[in-house]
Amino acid sequence: MIILWTDALIYLLVITLLIFAFMVSRKAQFKRPLKKIYDSKTGMVSLIVLVFFVIIGLLDSVHFKSTETRTHEIISLLDYWAKPLRERGEKTYSAPFSAYLYSKEMITLADGSTKWGYPRLKFAGSHLQNPEAEGLRDVLTKAAIGFGKGAGLVILFMVLLWSSFHDRHKVLFKQPTGKAIVLVVFMLVSMSYMLIYLSAYYHVLGTDKVGEDVFYQAIKSIRTGLVIGSLTTMIMLPMAIVFGIMAGFFRGWVDDVIQYVYTTLNSIPGVLLIAASILMVQVYMSNHAEDFNSLIVRSDMRLLFLCLILGVTSWTGLCRMLRAETLKLREMEYVQAAQALGVRQGTILARHILPNVMHIVLISVVLDFSSLVLAEAVLSYINIGVDPTTYSWGNMINGARLEMARDPVVWWSLLASFVFMFSLVLAANLFADSVRNAFDPRRAEQGG
Amino acid sequence: MPIIFLIIITVLLTACDISQLNNPYAETKDESSILYSSFSERPKHLDPAVSYSANENVFIGQIYEPPYQYHYLKRPYQLEPLTAVKMPVIHYFNQQGKRLNGEVTVDEVAYTDYIIEIKPGIQYQPHPAFVQSNRQLTLEQIAELDGLSDFTQLGTRELIAEDYVYQIKRLADPKVQSPIAGVMKNYIAGFDEFYQQVAKMDKTAIKSVALSGVEVLDKYRYKVRIIGKYPQFKFWLAMPFFAPMPWEADVFYQQKGLKDKNITLDWFPVGTGPYFLAENNPNQRMVMLKNPYYHDDFYPSAGEADDKENGLLDDAGKSIPFIDKVVYILEKENIPYWNKFLQGYFDASGISSDSFDQAIQFTGTGSAQLTEVMKEQGIQLKTAVTPTIYYMGFNMLDSVVGGDSERARKLRLAISIALDYEEYIAIFMNGRGVAPQGILPPGMYGHLKDRAGMNPYVYDWVDGQYQRKSIDKAEKLMSEAGYANGVDPDTDEALVLYFDSTSVGVDGRPQMNWYRKQFEKLGIKLIVRPTDYNRFQDKMRSGSIQLFVLGWNADYPDPENFFFLLYGKNGKVKYGGENAVNYHNPEFDQRFEQMRNMDDSQQRFQIIQQMQEIIRKDAPWAFAFHPKGFSLYHSWYKNLKPNLMANNTLKYKRIDAKVRAEKRRLWNQAVFWPLVLAVIIFVLLLVPALNAYKRRTKETMQ
Amino acid sequence: MIQYILRRGLYALPLLMGVNILTFVLFFVVNSPDDMARMQLGHKHVTEQAVQNWKHQHGYDLPLLWNQQAENSQKVTQTIFYQKSLSLFIFDFGLSESGRNIGTDIKQRMWPSLSIALPSLIVGLMVNISVALMMVLFRNSYLEFGSIVLCVILMSISSLFYIIGGQFFIGKLLKLVPISGYDTGLSAIKFLILPVLIGVVSGIGSGARWYRTLFLEEVEKDYVRTARAKGLTETQVLFKHVLKNAMIPILTGVVVVLPLLFMGSLIMESFFSIPGLGSYTIEAINRQDFAIVRSMVFLGSVLYILGLLMTDISYTFVDPRVRLS
Repeated sequence: MIILWTDALIYLLVITLLIFAFMVSRKAQFKRPLKKIYDSKTGMVSLIVLVFFVIIGLLDSVHFKSTETRTHEIISLLDYWAKPLRERGEKTYSAPFSAYLYSKEMITLADGSTKWGYPRLKFAGSHLQNPEAEGLRDVLTKAAIGFGKGAGLVILFMVLLWSSFHDRHKVLFKQPTGKAIVLVVFMLVSMSYMLIYLSAYYHVLGTDKVGEDVFYQAIKSIRTGLVIGSLTTMIMLPMAIVFGIMAGFFRGWVDDVIQYVYTTLNSIPGVLLIAASILMVQVYMSNHAEDFNSLIVRSDMRLLFLCLILGVTSWTGLCRMLRAETLKLREMEYVQAAQALGVRQGTILARHILPNVMHIVLISVVLDFSSLVLAEAVLSYINIGVDPTTYSWGNMINGARLEMARDPVVWWSLLASFVFMFSLVLAANLFADSVRNAFDPRRAEQGG
Repeated sequence: MPIIFLIIITVLLTACDISQLNNPYAETKDESSILYSSFSERPKHLDPAVSYSANENVFIGQIYEPPYQYHYLKRPYQLEPLTAVKMPVIHYFNQQGKRLNGEVTVDEVAYTDYIIEIKPGIQYQPHPAFVQSNRQLTLEQIAELDGLSDFTQLGTRELIAEDYVYQIKRLADPKVQSPIAGVMKNYIAGFDEFYQQVAKMDKTAIKSVALSGVEVLDKYRYKVRIIGKYPQFKFWLAMPFFAPMPWEADVFYQQKGLKDKNITLDWFPVGTGPYFLAENNPNQRMVMLKNPYYHDDFYPSAGEADDKENGLLDDAGKSIPFIDKVVYILEKENIPYWNKFLQGYFDASGISSDSFDQAIQFTGTGSAQLTEVMKEQGIQLKTAVTPTIYYMGFNMLDSVVGGDSERARKLRLAISIALDYEEYIAIFMNGRGVAPQGILPPGMYGHLKDRAGMNPYVYDWVDGQYQRKSIDKAEKLMSEAGYANGVDPDTDEALVLYFDSTSVGVDGRPQMNWYRKQFEKLGIKLIVRPTDYNRFQDKMRSGSIQLFVLGWNADYPDPENFFFLLYGKNGKVKYGGENAVNYHNPEFDQRFEQMRNMDDSQQRFQIIQQMQEIIRKDAPWAFAFHPKGFSLYHSWYKNLKPNLMANNTLKYKRIDAKVRAEKRRLWNQAVFWPLVLAVIIFVLLLVPALNAYKRRTKETMQ
Repeated sequence: MIQYILRRGLYALPLLMGVNILTFVLFFVVNSPDDMARMQLGHKHVTEQAVQNWKHQHGYDLPLLWNQQAENSQKVTQTIFYQKSLSLFIFDFGLSESGRNIGTDIKQRMWPSLSIALPSLIVGLMVNISVALMMVLFRNSYLEFGSIVLCVILMSISSLFYIIGGQFFIGKLLKLVPISGYDTGLSAIKFLILPVLIGVVSGIGSGARWYRTLFLEEVEKDYVRTARAKGLTETQVLFKHVLKNAMIPILTGVVVVLPLLFMGSLIMESFFSIPGLGSYTIEAINRQDFAIVRSMVFLGSVLYILGLLMTDISYTFVDPRVRLS
């Protein structure tokens, strides 16, 4: 097994998150908001969708050296399972579920004559004798079979789960949110099973310019989106929290210095900072070429640096908010009292200030996540985003731009990246909404 | 709400003109002879002594006139006088300064004199620099200026031989920073001394300093003295570097304060050509107008055999230029450009690989043809193989792929066979390219067709066609080189090679994958390193690169311009030259030295074939492709023949503006119904909302 | 007041200095003067002498930050940093590496930038406020729920989709406006419609939601209840009281971004080939034109600081209780 830099950080992040979640669930002050999140249907449904994405991302973060090819490429678990998708490349564009190429070619017919037309694909639909006649029916039957198998799997699993539960827990399933969750899990699993089943026979979302499966690209992009969204927040959080609280609590010269730093950083266009740091990574990599012998390692390094620099440019907003909040908090009576009693400053910060700004942190983390995923696409457009060899929605959109000018239009790359990116961001946004509703003290009283 | 906003706009717009709402031009007179073109990046230099790129030549080629030009229609490319009266008179001299007559050999020639006589009566474009008072502006006058168009007093003057000499001096002026100064100092006598001499002087002072090798003979004649024999010099005389520059221009533009207003020679050229630059806003658009003082110039009346049939001689003997005005619009993105072309707002377009299927189809015999849709629009297609070669270079200084050992040579050959560039051309270039058999592109002197021109190390001759040798042959070469199955005997693992690629952007990944797959065929593990351009250059200079892909676009149609890329004394690392692979083979070098100074002859032809053979055998390059240029033109665009050497072809072209106006109207009818539909849906949505609101207000009232 | 502004102006100096140093370091860590010279000199026939020559003429043959060879104060002044940065503080941007005057270019290019940014801001503001008001007016109805969902959906779409989609449908299929380009004067309008429309639509999601929360906060307040009790209708309450009071945070939010409008929008400008300052910056980064990059960053930070200052001042206008000290 090979652990890339981002992999390591992802594992770390997941572990911290789990510990954090465990601790939070025990704290009394969080009981009520958590309950509220659990009660909100949209919140839970979007959380499930997010978790689904995260699972795919995690699968794609376990890397090892493939033993199959002579060159020992580094692949991930996801790649391993998606081997047919990876290797069944066509020649160039083909439409979703099509058995034909999307561009005309000279075809040699059975009788030796040649014809200018759409040739059959090498892999997709190759089991069909006569795609025009059987195509649609075959797709529908295959879809139904796939869906049925997936559904069967979920139901089996649910039944097992149900029977192993205590009665006390069974109540959960009867609540409206419980039902919604069950339904969503059911749909997600059966739909993905259906897609996987179908993709063994067809290119579900077509192929791109060099005949790569678009469905595979879109799935691979999930990890990139998640990494950018989550690692960046992870990098930015400590800076924002430490500096924000320090500036607000100590005031004086500490405050001045911190304010100076973030105003300076803020007033430089982010694009420049990002462009410069991306160039720096490249210089570093070409000077240490021997350490970056694989494409995947190189692109991983660039991804990591992109997260780093995005973190550096985006901590200022949260920092300012925390500073303002801390300024307010330190005037509170209990903080004043603690100070009067001679409690150590470190203890005050950890005991009284930090827990009371946590809701701001939480809200801004979930909000930032989606905007970062969106930002990746824009950065790729100006060529300062992730490595062009990395699968990402930004790179897909960037490529699809040109495809829209074709006639007939090649729409599936754009659609695929749109659907995937949209569902991730929408889920994150909806989840962010319910987190905000639950944690924002002003809204807490509103009751919904 | 945005829909309401849309409605307002539409209403506003419908008040005006209904068709061609999308017309991007303000020019209301649709039917005047205006050509619409674009530029994607603003030109860096429009000074003929500095400019050295195709996108700048688009402009200065029409504005500045060197003494010679390439014949528009004849092939192979042929020089003809432009401002000169006849082709240069050439005299050879030996070491003792004695003139040589008759046949001369390379060794005895010490100097060559080119005597060029220009036509009398040629006038410059109208320009403020030719008015005495404009060259002595006060600071106040300059402060009031906004652009060059603010000058009311314009003058002109006759073109004289001294202007050509002045320009050559400018090439030698270090302050001008001409890119060819380094090349020319090897050829023009006295060039280097002049370079040192004027380094500290004012820009305008060079007029009175003599450059020993370049001399004004009389008002219309001048002489250039070349060190040794250099037959290719005549080609340089057809490039804008050797166009005339009036000394008044330098004096005018050197006035203090003009530079701050962006009024410089680099932005506002002064020439004798058919067009002059009337508007220069590189942020938005550039406009060229017909030069009112342009000298007599006529459309050629002879060409290739089928030119008559193709209507290329319809305008024979007519006075040129035909087009009155050329508008270049800044257009960075491909898509809008292509769409505007289809809407008739651009007159010509290249074909990006994304619009290729839409535009081109191949016929049974494999030749390219327009699709039905394009034919319906009356679009014309012109194709030509460019005098360009792309290659994968093996750095000869590298310990694995480089060197003259048999092992390395076989490895290089194996790779050359494995790199299936025919497939590359099909996938990434839509077949718009030709896989090379040697260094010379088709149409170049010394290029052989068919079997005789085959690269026998990489290809076989099968059924009257070139066929790449099978991969077995490459694998055999690999085992002979000691890398059986691609295993490196030193490490016992797959041989690892490094490929530095500067290709970024959308096609980057698939291309890299393609290269990886090609090497995988031999069991070699290829590591592709995307490198930014600067780093790439660094690595080239230091020789720490292993594999790379580069291209070379010929300056002039002579084989010397290709073979010099492999000449040992042009080695990148050692001499900073253009020999990027640092190839050094004494046999090759000796033949190159012999060939380069020869006039075309049977003997030269033979030497060229020998040199081709050496390169094919040594394989310092894996030849990649010669790109084929495909361009589309609308039906109203006339007199089109791709000429890849000449850059002043605009004057031959003609626009049928009436047809264009008609077609534009036809193609650009706005579609309104979706808007109306959107409005209706919005209103329907609003009704229940209003009802709900009424109910609420009632409730609150109660 | 004037004293306050002056003090803030002085405070800006170290900030600008920091920005300058940071840009400088960032740029030269990745690009050496040699790289710049080669970039400018093109691909063919570049000799070492030409590179030296270029560096000398453009003043890049000095050490970067510290001149070891020079005497005394010249150790600092005879450096690229000193020579290139000082003139910025009097807004003399000098020449770009390709020889054009940057100040003139900026003056020329800021108008196209403004002509997109300003209408986008104003129309966007109006649309967002109307949508937000509508949501508040119809609160607790299916209309509000629908609008919120719509807003989240709009927010979750990448801005690139809006641009690509807009160009495709309105420009290519419906042929209502030119696909891209720009012109001076009134004829610019037809080029601006599409970018402005796209700018507005892509901003509705987050904008309307933000304003809605502002309005909702006001609606809950006591004075609104009193007004309602007085018998004012819902509409009157909304427009007379809620909108008026919520305008304060809205306007101060707008004031911050006002100066930055000059900088233009990077993506929009390059997609629609609009010759504004945004595309100017991107081009400069791509072409490694340090002079332009430095000038634009400097200008950007000046405008940013100006925006902060203007916000502070605008507080005193809308809220007399705030005093600047």
